[in-house]
Amino acid sequence: MSEKFDVIVVGSGPSGNAAAYTAAKAGLNVLQIERGESPGSKNVQGAILYSDALEKIIPEFRDDAPLERHLIEQRMWMLGDDSYVGSTYRSQSFNTPPYNRYTIIRAQFDRWFSSKVQEAGALVICETTVTGLHLDGNRVVGVQTDRIGGSVYADAVILADGVNSLLAKKAGFHAEIKARDVALAVKEIHFLPDTSIESRFNLGPDEGVAIEMAGKITQGMVGTGFLYTNKESVTLGVGCLLSDLRTHGISPHALIERMKAHPAIRPLLEGGEMREYSAHLIPEGGYNAIPKIHGEGWMMVGDAGMFVNSVHREGSNLAMTTGRLAAETLIELRREGKSFSATHLARYRTKLDDSFVMKDLKKYRNLPEVFENNHQFFTQYPELINRAAHTMLLVDGADKKSKERDIRKSFFAKRSAFGLIGDAFKLWRAFE
Amino acid sequence: MIKVEEKLFQNRYKVDAGRAHIEIVDADICQLKCQLKPCTFCCPASCYTKEGDGQVTLITDGCLECGTCRVICSEHENVRWEYPRGGYGIQFKFG
Repeated sequence: MSEKFDVIVVGSGPSGNAAAYTAAKAGLNVLQIERGESPGSKNVQGAILYSDALEKIIPEFRDDAPLERHLIEQRMWMLGDDSYVGSTYRSQSFNTPPYNRYTIIRAQFDRWFSSKVQEAGALVICETTVTGLHLDGNRVVGVQTDRIGGSVYADAVILADGVNSLLAKKAGFHAEIKARDVALAVKEIHFLPDTSIESRFNLGPDEGVAIEMAGKITQGMVGTGFLYTNKESVTLGVGCLLSDLRTHGISPHALIERMKAHPAIRPLLEGGEMREYSAHLIPEGGYNAIPKIHGEGWMMVGDAGMFVNSVHREGSNLAMTTGRLAAETLIELRREGKSFSATHLARYRTKLDDSFVMKDLKKYRNLPEVFENNHQFFTQYPELINRAAHTMLLVDGADKKSKERDIRKSFFAKRSAFGLIGDAFKLWRAFE
Repeated sequence: MIKVEEKLFQNRYKVDAGRAHIEIVDADICQLKCQLKPCTFCCPASCYTKEGDGQVTLITDGCLECGTCRVICSEHENVRWEYPRGGYGIQFKFG
Protein backbone atom coordinates (compact mmCIF):
# COMPACT_ATOMS: atom_id res chain seq x y z
CA MET A 1 0.00 0.00 0.00
CA SER A 2 2.38 2.72 -1.14
CA GLU A 3 -0.28 4.57 -3.09
CA LYS A 4 -1.02 8.08 -1.88
CA PHE A 5 -4.62 9.09 -1.33
CA ASP A 6 -6.32 12.46 -1.29
CA VAL A 7 -7.83 11.63 2.06
CA ILE A 8 -7.73 8.83 4.64
CA VAL A 9 -10.75 8.45 6.90
CA VAL A 10 -10.16 6.53 10.13
CA GLY A 11 -13.29 4.75 11.29
CA SER A 12 -16.61 3.80 9.73
CA GLY A 13 -19.21 5.12 12.12
CA PRO A 14 -21.71 7.77 11.03
CA SER A 15 -19.13 10.59 10.92
CA GLY A 16 -16.50 8.59 9.05
CA ASN A 17 -19.02 7.22 6.58
CA ALA A 18 -20.49 10.67 5.97
CA ALA A 19 -17.02 12.07 5.33
CA ALA A 20 -15.87 9.19 3.11
CA TYR A 21 -19.10 9.14 1.10
CA THR A 22 -19.14 12.90 0.51
CA ALA A 23 -15.47 13.02 -0.47
CA ALA A 24 -15.64 9.98 -2.76
CA LYS A 25 -18.84 11.14 -4.42
CA ALA A 26 -17.07 14.38 -5.37
CA GLY A 27 -14.26 12.41 -6.98
CA LEU A 28 -11.60 12.51 -4.29
CA ASN A 29 -9.42 9.43 -3.91
CA VAL A 30 -10.54 8.09 -0.52
CA LEU A 31 -9.21 5.32 1.72
CA GLN A 32 -11.30 4.40 4.77
CA ILE A 33 -9.87 2.16 7.45
CA GLU A 34 -12.03 0.24 9.94
CA ARG A 35 -10.75 -1.98 12.74
CA GLY A 36 -13.88 -4.15 13.04
CA GLU A 37 -14.61 -7.32 11.12
CA SER A 38 -17.13 -5.31 9.14
CA PRO A 39 -18.29 -1.69 9.37
CA GLY A 40 -20.49 -1.33 12.44
CA SER A 41 -19.11 -4.26 14.38
CA LYS A 42 -17.39 -1.93 16.86
CA ASN A 43 -20.11 0.68 17.09
CA VAL A 44 -22.72 1.20 19.79
CA GLN A 45 -25.64 3.60 19.89
CA GLY A 46 -29.22 3.71 21.35
CA ALA A 47 -30.05 4.04 18.46
CA ILE A 48 -32.12 6.77 16.81
CA LEU A 49 -31.43 8.02 13.31
CA TYR A 50 -32.38 11.62 12.51
CA SER A 51 -33.40 11.75 8.85
CA ASP A 52 -32.40 15.33 8.17
CA ALA A 53 -28.65 14.84 8.59
CA LEU A 54 -28.65 11.73 6.37
CA GLU A 55 -30.98 13.27 3.76
CA LYS A 56 -28.36 15.94 3.17
CA ILE A 57 -25.89 13.17 2.27
CA ILE A 58 -28.04 10.42 0.70
CA PRO A 59 -31.48 11.93 -0.07
CA GLU A 60 -32.95 8.59 -1.17
CA PHE A 61 -31.70 6.63 1.87
CA ARG A 62 -35.20 5.35 2.67
CA ASP A 63 -35.15 3.18 -0.47
CA ASP A 64 -32.84 0.56 0.95
CA ALA A 65 -31.43 1.56 4.38
CA PRO A 66 -32.20 -0.96 7.15
CA LEU A 67 -34.60 1.08 9.28
CA GLU A 68 -36.50 -0.40 12.21
CA ARG A 69 -39.49 1.79 13.15
CA HIS A 70 -40.27 5.46 12.56
CA LEU A 71 -40.98 7.27 15.80
CA ILE A 72 -44.48 8.57 16.27
CA GLU A 73 -44.33 9.05 20.01
CA GLN A 74 -41.87 10.38 22.55
CA ARG A 75 -42.33 9.74 26.24
CA MET A 76 -40.41 11.45 29.05
CA TRP A 77 -40.45 9.71 32.38
CA MET A 78 -39.26 11.05 35.68
CA LEU A 79 -38.86 7.98 37.80
CA GLY A 80 -39.38 7.47 41.50
CA ASP A 81 -38.44 4.24 43.24
CA ASP A 82 -41.62 2.46 42.14
CA SER A 83 -43.41 5.14 40.15
CA TYR A 84 -42.98 7.70 37.42
CA VAL A 85 -44.45 11.01 36.36
CA GLY A 86 -44.46 11.25 32.61
CA SER A 87 -45.33 13.27 29.59
CA THR A 88 -46.07 11.98 26.13
CA TYR A 89 -46.07 13.61 22.74
CA ARG A 90 -47.69 11.56 20.00
CA SER A 91 -48.61 13.04 16.67
CA GLN A 92 -50.02 11.87 13.38
CA SER A 93 -47.71 14.34 11.66
CA PHE A 94 -44.79 12.17 12.83
CA ASN A 95 -46.67 9.25 11.28
CA THR A 96 -46.77 10.80 7.82
CA PRO A 97 -43.91 10.27 5.35
CA PRO A 98 -41.22 11.40 4.95
CA TYR A 99 -40.55 10.31 8.51
CA ASN A 100 -38.35 12.45 10.73
CA ARG A 101 -36.73 9.86 13.00
CA TYR A 102 -36.22 6.11 12.99
CA THR A 103 -34.87 3.52 15.35
CA ILE A 104 -31.98 1.62 13.81
CA ILE A 105 -29.68 -1.28 14.69
CA ARG A 106 -26.22 0.11 14.18
CA ALA A 107 -24.40 -3.05 13.07
CA GLN A 108 -26.84 -3.33 10.17
CA PHE A 109 -27.16 0.35 9.44
CA ASP A 110 -23.43 1.02 9.39
CA ARG A 111 -22.85 -1.89 7.02
CA TRP A 112 -25.46 -0.39 4.67
CA PHE A 113 -23.91 3.09 4.92
CA SER A 114 -20.50 1.59 4.19
CA SER A 115 -21.86 -0.14 1.07
CA LYS A 116 -22.90 3.31 -0.17
CA VAL A 117 -19.42 4.64 0.61
CA GLN A 118 -17.95 1.86 -1.53
CA GLU A 119 -20.44 2.49 -4.35
CA ALA A 120 -19.34 6.14 -4.29
CA GLY A 121 -15.83 4.96 -5.08
CA ALA A 122 -13.98 4.89 -1.76
CA LEU A 123 -11.64 2.03 -0.89
CA VAL A 124 -12.79 0.55 2.44
CA ILE A 125 -10.44 -1.73 4.36
CA CYS A 126 -11.71 -3.60 7.44
CA GLU A 127 -9.97 -5.62 10.17
CA THR A 128 -7.23 -3.01 10.25
CA THR A 129 -6.42 -0.90 13.29
CA VAL A 130 -4.75 2.46 12.78
CA THR A 131 -2.07 2.59 15.46
CA GLY A 132 -0.66 6.05 14.88
CA LEU A 133 -0.36 9.10 12.66
CA HIS A 134 2.63 9.84 10.46
CA LEU A 135 3.83 13.38 11.02
CA ASP A 136 6.16 15.52 9.00
CA GLY A 137 6.91 18.26 11.51
CA ASN A 138 3.45 19.10 12.78
CA ARG A 139 1.78 18.09 9.55
CA VAL A 140 -0.17 14.82 9.34
CA VAL A 141 0.91 13.01 6.17
CA GLY A 142 -0.47 9.53 6.69
CA VAL A 143 -1.31 6.74 9.11
CA GLN A 144 0.38 3.66 10.51
CA THR A 145 -1.75 0.51 10.57
CA ASP A 146 -1.22 -2.87 12.20
CA ARG A 147 -0.90 -4.61 8.85
CA ILE A 148 2.56 -5.64 7.70
CA GLY A 149 4.09 -2.73 5.82
CA GLY A 150 1.02 -0.85 6.90
CA SER A 151 1.91 2.79 6.28
CA VAL A 152 -0.45 4.75 4.05
CA TYR A 153 -0.17 8.36 3.02
CA ALA A 154 -2.63 11.09 2.10
CA ASP A 155 -2.97 14.85 1.72
CA ALA A 156 -5.45 14.89 4.60
CA VAL A 157 -6.54 12.56 7.38
CA ILE A 158 -10.02 12.71 8.87
CA LEU A 159 -10.10 11.33 12.39
CA ALA A 160 -13.46 9.63 12.86
CA ASP A 161 -12.09 7.18 15.40
CA GLY A 162 -14.72 7.70 18.06
CA VAL A 163 -14.93 8.95 21.60
CA ASN A 164 -11.64 7.45 22.77
CA SER A 165 -9.82 9.35 20.03
CA LEU A 166 -6.51 7.63 20.74
CA LEU A 167 -4.80 8.91 17.59
CA ALA A 168 -5.12 12.59 18.43
CA LYS A 169 -3.89 11.88 21.96
CA LYS A 170 -0.85 9.96 20.77
CA ALA A 171 -0.02 12.79 18.37
CA GLY A 172 -0.33 15.30 21.22
CA PHE A 173 -3.25 17.17 19.64
CA HIS A 174 -5.26 16.96 22.82
CA ALA A 175 -5.19 15.58 26.34
CA GLU A 176 -7.00 12.58 27.84
CA ILE A 177 -10.77 12.90 28.25
CA LYS A 178 -11.92 13.87 31.74
CA ALA A 179 -14.25 11.54 33.62
CA ARG A 180 -16.69 14.43 34.11
CA ASP A 181 -16.93 14.98 30.34
CA VAL A 182 -18.15 11.49 29.45
CA ALA A 183 -21.11 9.36 30.40
CA LEU A 184 -20.77 5.61 30.50
CA ALA A 185 -23.86 4.01 29.04
CA VAL A 186 -24.69 0.31 29.13
CA LYS A 187 -27.31 -1.17 26.88
CA GLU A 188 -29.17 -4.41 26.26
CA ILE A 189 -31.23 -5.60 23.35
CA HIS A 190 -34.23 -7.81 24.10
CA PHE A 191 -36.02 -9.67 21.33
CA LEU A 192 -39.81 -9.91 21.32
CA PRO A 193 -42.40 -10.74 18.65
CA ASP A 194 -43.38 -7.61 16.70
CA THR A 195 -47.02 -8.13 17.69
CA SER A 196 -46.07 -8.00 21.39
CA ILE A 197 -44.18 -4.75 20.86
CA GLU A 198 -47.09 -3.24 18.98
CA SER A 199 -49.68 -4.15 21.61
CA ARG A 200 -47.49 -3.21 24.59
CA PHE A 201 -46.62 0.20 23.18
CA ASN A 202 -49.88 0.93 21.35
CA LEU A 203 -48.30 0.91 17.90
CA GLY A 204 -49.12 -0.13 14.35
CA PRO A 205 -46.64 -1.97 12.13
CA ASP A 206 -43.42 0.05 11.61
CA GLU A 207 -44.48 2.65 14.20
CA GLY A 208 -42.18 3.23 17.13
CA VAL A 209 -41.85 4.87 20.53
CA ALA A 210 -38.88 6.39 22.31
CA ILE A 211 -38.91 6.68 26.09
CA GLU A 212 -36.33 8.95 27.74
CA MET A 213 -35.99 8.62 31.49
CA ALA A 214 -34.42 10.45 34.40
CA GLY A 215 -34.69 10.16 38.15
CA LYS A 216 -34.22 7.27 40.52
CA ILE A 217 -32.81 4.87 37.90
CA THR A 218 -29.49 6.74 38.05
CA GLN A 219 -29.36 6.36 41.83
CA GLY A 220 -28.42 9.96 42.52
CA MET A 221 -25.96 10.33 39.68
CA VAL A 222 -26.18 12.72 36.73
CA GLY A 223 -27.55 10.59 33.91
CA THR A 224 -30.51 9.30 31.96
CA GLY A 225 -32.04 6.11 30.71
CA PHE A 226 -33.84 5.16 27.52
CA LEU A 227 -35.99 2.51 25.95
CA TYR A 228 -36.52 2.34 22.19
CA THR A 229 -38.68 0.03 20.11
CA ASN A 230 -37.19 -1.74 17.10
CA LYS A 231 -39.10 -4.02 14.74
CA GLU A 232 -38.67 -7.21 16.75
CA SER A 233 -36.63 -6.00 19.66
CA VAL A 234 -36.45 -3.38 22.35
CA THR A 235 -33.23 -1.68 23.36
CA LEU A 236 -32.82 -0.14 26.76
CA GLY A 237 -29.92 1.46 28.48
CA VAL A 238 -28.80 3.78 31.21
CA GLY A 239 -25.84 6.13 31.32
CA CYS A 240 -24.25 8.24 34.03
CA LEU A 241 -21.32 10.62 34.22
CA LEU A 242 -18.20 8.56 34.70
CA SER A 243 -17.03 10.89 37.48
CA ASP A 244 -20.29 10.15 39.34
CA LEU A 245 -19.94 6.39 38.92
CA ARG A 246 -16.50 6.68 40.47
CA THR A 247 -17.60 8.69 43.51
CA HIS A 248 -20.82 6.71 44.03
CA GLY A 249 -19.07 3.36 43.73
CA ILE A 250 -21.89 1.93 41.63
CA SER A 251 -21.33 -0.64 38.89
CA PRO A 252 -23.05 0.07 35.56
CA HIS A 253 -24.09 -3.57 35.39
CA ALA A 254 -25.98 -3.22 38.69
CA LEU A 255 -27.52 0.00 37.41
CA ILE A 256 -29.13 -1.57 34.35
CA GLU A 257 -30.24 -4.61 36.34
CA ARG A 258 -32.07 -2.33 38.75
CA MET A 259 -33.52 -0.34 35.89
CA LYS A 260 -35.01 -3.50 34.38
CA ALA A 261 -36.57 -4.38 37.72
CA HIS A 262 -38.46 -1.07 37.95
CA PRO A 263 -42.20 -1.84 38.00
CA ALA A 264 -42.84 0.52 35.08
CA ILE A 265 -40.18 -1.09 32.89
CA ARG A 266 -40.27 -4.79 33.78
CA PRO A 267 -43.63 -5.54 32.09
CA LEU A 268 -42.39 -3.98 28.84
CA LEU A 269 -39.58 -6.54 28.64
CA GLU A 270 -41.56 -9.54 29.87
CA GLY A 271 -40.82 -12.70 27.89
CA GLY A 272 -38.08 -11.09 25.84
CA GLU A 273 -34.76 -12.71 25.09
CA MET A 274 -31.62 -10.70 25.84
CA ARG A 275 -29.20 -11.16 22.95
CA GLU A 276 -26.44 -8.58 23.49
CA TYR A 277 -24.95 -6.44 26.24
CA SER A 278 -22.89 -3.45 25.20
CA ALA A 279 -21.26 -0.36 26.67
CA HIS A 280 -20.12 2.95 25.27
CA LEU A 281 -18.71 6.24 26.45
CA ILE A 282 -20.74 9.23 25.34
CA PRO A 283 -18.95 12.58 25.13
CA GLU A 284 -21.21 14.89 27.13
CA GLY A 285 -18.89 17.74 28.03
CA GLY A 286 -20.56 19.94 25.43
CA TYR A 287 -19.17 23.07 23.83
CA ASN A 288 -16.60 23.79 26.54
CA ALA A 289 -15.05 20.32 26.15
CA ILE A 290 -14.57 20.44 22.36
CA PRO A 291 -10.86 19.95 21.66
CA LYS A 292 -8.86 21.36 18.77
CA ILE A 293 -10.65 19.90 15.75
CA HIS A 294 -8.34 20.71 12.87
CA GLY A 295 -4.67 21.26 12.18
CA GLU A 296 -2.07 20.76 9.47
CA GLY A 297 -3.53 18.08 7.24
CA TRP A 298 -6.12 16.77 9.69
CA MET A 299 -9.67 17.27 10.90
CA MET A 300 -11.66 15.60 13.63
CA VAL A 301 -15.33 14.61 13.29
CA GLY A 302 -18.08 12.91 15.31
CA ASP A 303 -17.57 11.63 18.85
CA ALA A 304 -13.80 12.20 18.59
CA GLY A 305 -14.54 15.93 18.49
CA MET A 306 -17.07 15.63 21.37
CA PHE A 307 -19.93 16.50 19.02
CA VAL A 308 -22.89 15.31 21.10
CA ASN A 309 -25.89 17.34 22.23
CA SER A 310 -26.60 15.53 25.47
CA VAL A 311 -29.64 17.65 26.32
CA HIS A 312 -31.54 16.53 23.22
CA ARG A 313 -29.96 13.06 23.03
CA GLU A 314 -28.54 13.88 19.60
CA GLY A 315 -25.21 12.52 18.42
CA SER A 316 -25.41 10.60 15.15
CA ASN A 317 -26.81 13.63 13.33
CA LEU A 318 -23.98 15.81 14.62
CA ALA A 319 -21.57 13.05 13.60
CA MET A 320 -22.93 12.87 10.05
CA THR A 321 -23.01 16.64 9.72
CA THR A 322 -19.45 17.16 10.95
CA GLY A 323 -18.26 14.36 8.65
CA ARG A 324 -20.02 15.91 5.67
CA LEU A 325 -18.72 19.41 6.42
CA ALA A 326 -15.15 18.16 6.82
CA ALA A 327 -15.33 16.46 3.41
CA GLU A 328 -16.96 19.51 1.81
CA THR A 329 -14.09 21.63 3.10
CA LEU A 330 -11.60 19.37 1.35
CA ILE A 331 -13.64 19.34 -1.85
CA GLU A 332 -13.82 23.15 -1.96
CA LEU A 333 -10.12 23.61 -1.21
CA ARG A 334 -9.17 21.11 -3.89
CA ARG A 335 -11.34 22.93 -6.45
CA GLU A 336 -9.72 26.22 -5.50
CA GLY A 337 -6.28 24.66 -5.84
CA LYS A 338 -5.50 25.29 -2.16
CA SER A 339 -3.50 23.05 0.17
CA PHE A 340 -4.92 21.28 3.24
CA SER A 341 -2.97 23.49 5.66
CA ALA A 342 -4.35 24.40 9.07
CA THR A 343 -5.11 27.92 7.85
CA HIS A 344 -7.17 26.61 4.96
CA LEU A 345 -8.83 23.84 7.00
CA ALA A 346 -10.06 26.52 9.41
CA ARG A 347 -12.93 26.74 6.95
CA TYR A 348 -14.23 23.50 8.52
CA ARG A 349 -14.52 25.30 11.85
CA THR A 350 -16.36 28.19 10.17
CA LYS A 351 -18.79 25.76 8.55
CA LEU A 352 -19.44 24.15 11.93
CA ASP A 353 -19.97 27.53 13.60
CA ASP A 354 -22.56 28.38 10.95
CA SER A 355 -24.40 25.07 11.39
CA PHE A 356 -26.79 23.77 14.02
CA VAL A 357 -23.91 21.74 15.45
CA MET A 358 -22.03 24.57 17.12
CA LYS A 359 -25.10 26.78 17.56
CA ASP A 360 -26.85 24.09 19.63
CA LEU A 361 -23.74 23.14 21.59
CA LYS A 362 -23.08 26.80 22.34
CA LYS A 363 -26.65 27.31 23.52
CA TYR A 364 -26.25 24.63 26.18
CA ARG A 365 -22.61 25.29 26.95
CA ASN A 366 -23.18 25.78 30.69
CA LEU A 367 -25.62 22.95 31.22
CA PRO A 368 -23.10 20.12 31.84
CA GLU A 369 -21.56 22.15 34.65
CA VAL A 370 -24.94 23.11 36.13
CA PHE A 371 -26.03 19.46 36.24
CA GLU A 372 -22.70 18.27 37.55
CA ASN A 373 -22.78 20.75 40.43
CA ASN A 374 -26.48 20.45 41.18
CA HIS A 375 -27.36 16.82 41.69
CA GLN A 376 -30.76 17.80 43.13
CA PHE A 377 -32.11 17.86 39.57
CA PHE A 378 -31.48 14.11 39.38
CA THR A 379 -32.25 13.21 42.99
CA GLN A 380 -34.54 15.44 45.02
CA TYR A 381 -36.77 16.81 42.26
CA PRO A 382 -37.81 13.48 40.73
CA GLU A 383 -38.60 12.25 44.22
CA LEU A 384 -40.54 15.38 45.18
CA ILE A 385 -42.51 15.39 41.94
CA ASN A 386 -43.40 11.70 42.24
CA ARG A 387 -44.46 12.20 45.85
CA ALA A 388 -46.53 15.24 44.90
CA ALA A 389 -48.35 13.26 42.20
CA HIS A 390 -48.98 10.46 44.68
CA THR A 391 -50.32 12.84 47.31
CA MET A 392 -52.69 14.56 44.90
CA LEU A 393 -53.99 11.37 43.32
CA LEU A 394 -54.41 9.32 46.48
CA VAL A 395 -58.00 9.55 47.67
CA ASP A 396 -57.73 9.21 51.43
CA GLY A 397 -60.26 11.61 52.94
CA ALA A 398 -57.78 14.49 53.31
CA ASP A 399 -58.90 17.74 51.68
CA LYS A 400 -57.09 19.02 48.58
CA LYS A 401 -55.96 22.30 50.16
CA SER A 402 -54.17 20.42 52.93
CA LYS A 403 -52.59 18.16 50.34
CA GLU A 404 -51.30 21.19 48.42
CA ARG A 405 -49.87 22.60 51.62
CA ASP A 406 -48.10 19.32 52.36
CA ILE A 407 -46.60 19.25 48.89
CA ARG A 408 -45.41 22.87 49.17
CA LYS A 409 -43.91 22.04 52.55
CA SER A 410 -42.08 19.02 51.15
CA PHE A 411 -40.47 21.18 48.45
CA PHE A 412 -39.43 23.90 50.91
CA ALA A 413 -38.11 21.31 53.36
CA LYS A 414 -35.87 19.75 50.73
CA ARG A 415 -34.72 22.82 48.82
CA SER A 416 -35.74 25.97 50.87
CA ALA A 417 -37.30 29.01 49.19
CA PHE A 418 -33.94 30.34 48.07
CA GLY A 419 -32.94 26.91 46.81
CA LEU A 420 -36.07 26.61 44.69
CA ILE A 421 -35.67 30.07 43.20
CA GLY A 422 -31.96 29.47 42.66
CA ASP A 423 -32.62 26.16 40.91
CA ALA A 424 -35.21 27.72 38.64
CA PHE A 425 -32.79 30.53 37.80
CA LYS A 426 -29.93 28.11 37.11
CA LEU A 427 -32.08 26.05 34.76
CA TRP A 428 -33.42 29.12 33.00
CA ARG A 429 -29.89 30.46 32.46
CA ALA A 430 -28.58 27.14 31.23
CA PHE A 431 -31.46 26.53 28.78
CA GLU A 432 -31.84 30.18 27.73
CA MET B 1 -29.16 -10.46 40.13
CA ILE B 2 -27.89 -12.03 36.92
CA LYS B 3 -24.11 -12.14 36.73
CA VAL B 4 -22.35 -9.96 34.19
CA GLU B 5 -20.58 -13.06 32.83
CA GLU B 6 -23.94 -14.50 31.81
CA LYS B 7 -24.68 -11.36 29.85
CA LEU B 8 -21.28 -11.32 28.18
CA PHE B 9 -21.96 -14.89 27.10
CA GLN B 10 -24.53 -13.46 24.66
CA ASN B 11 -21.86 -11.37 22.95
CA ARG B 12 -19.63 -12.39 20.06
CA TYR B 13 -15.89 -12.07 20.57
CA LYS B 14 -12.87 -12.91 18.49
CA VAL B 15 -10.29 -13.28 21.23
CA ASP B 16 -6.67 -12.53 20.30
CA ALA B 17 -5.18 -15.22 22.55
CA GLY B 18 -2.07 -14.15 24.39
CA ARG B 19 -2.28 -10.54 23.22
CA ALA B 20 -4.18 -8.47 25.75
CA HIS B 21 -4.91 -5.01 24.33
CA ILE B 22 -5.10 -3.48 27.81
CA GLU B 23 -2.43 -3.82 30.47
CA ILE B 24 -1.91 -2.64 34.00
CA VAL B 25 1.37 -0.73 33.86
CA ASP B 26 2.54 -1.25 37.44
CA ALA B 27 0.67 -3.77 39.61
CA ASP B 28 2.13 -2.24 42.80
CA ILE B 29 0.37 1.06 42.13
CA CYS B 30 -3.01 -0.71 42.06
CA GLN B 31 -2.25 -2.74 45.15
CA LEU B 32 -0.52 -0.14 47.30
CA LYS B 33 -1.28 3.37 46.07
CA CYS B 34 -4.81 3.23 44.68
CA GLN B 35 -7.36 3.22 47.50
CA LEU B 36 -10.56 3.45 45.49
CA LYS B 37 -9.74 1.01 42.65
CA PRO B 38 -12.58 2.43 40.50
CA CYS B 39 -11.79 0.09 37.59
CA THR B 40 -13.02 -2.83 39.71
CA PHE B 41 -16.57 -1.48 39.85
CA CYS B 42 -16.80 0.92 36.87
CA CYS B 43 -15.81 -1.54 34.15
CA PRO B 44 -19.15 -2.60 32.60
CA ALA B 45 -17.76 -6.05 31.78
CA SER B 46 -16.12 -6.55 35.20
CA CYS B 47 -12.73 -7.24 33.60
CA TYR B 48 -10.96 -5.97 36.72
CA THR B 49 -11.14 -7.89 39.99
CA LYS B 50 -10.03 -6.75 43.43
CA GLU B 51 -8.26 -9.64 45.14
CA GLY B 52 -8.15 -10.22 48.88
CA ASP B 53 -4.64 -8.82 49.21
CA GLY B 54 -5.56 -5.60 47.40
CA GLN B 55 -4.10 -6.67 44.06
CA VAL B 56 -6.07 -5.92 40.92
CA THR B 57 -6.22 -8.59 38.25
CA LEU B 58 -7.27 -7.91 34.68
CA ILE B 59 -8.74 -10.35 32.16
CA THR B 60 -9.61 -8.59 28.91
CA ASP B 61 -11.54 -11.40 27.18
CA GLY B 62 -14.95 -9.84 27.91
CA CYS B 63 -13.86 -6.27 27.16
CA LEU B 64 -16.48 -4.08 25.46
CA GLU B 65 -13.77 -1.61 24.33
CA CYS B 66 -15.53 1.38 25.90
CA GLY B 67 -12.43 3.07 27.37
CA THR B 68 -13.83 3.54 30.89
CA CYS B 69 -10.87 1.96 32.72
CA ARG B 70 -8.38 4.26 31.01
CA VAL B 71 -10.38 7.44 31.61
CA ILE B 72 -11.20 6.57 35.21
CA CYS B 73 -7.58 5.87 36.11
CA SER B 74 -6.72 9.56 35.80
CA GLU B 75 -5.07 9.79 39.20
CA HIS B 76 -2.46 7.10 38.57
CA GLU B 77 -2.57 6.74 34.77
CA ASN B 78 -1.78 3.09 35.28
CA VAL B 79 -3.72 1.60 32.37
CA ARG B 80 -2.05 1.04 29.00
CA TRP B 81 -4.95 0.99 26.59
CA GLU B 82 -4.89 0.15 22.89
CA TYR B 83 -7.53 -1.12 20.53
CA PRO B 84 -7.24 -4.84 19.75
CA ARG B 85 -5.51 -5.83 16.53
CA GLY B 86 -7.67 -5.34 13.46
CA GLY B 87 -10.50 -7.85 13.35
CA TYR B 88 -10.15 -8.97 16.98
CA GLY B 89 -12.08 -8.20 20.15
CA ILE B 90 -15.80 -7.62 20.53
CA GLN B 91 -17.83 -7.94 17.32
CA PHE B 92 -21.20 -6.37 18.00
CA LYS B 93 -24.05 -8.26 16.37
CA PHE B 94 -26.45 -5.37 16.89
CA GLY B 95 -24.51 -2.51 18.51
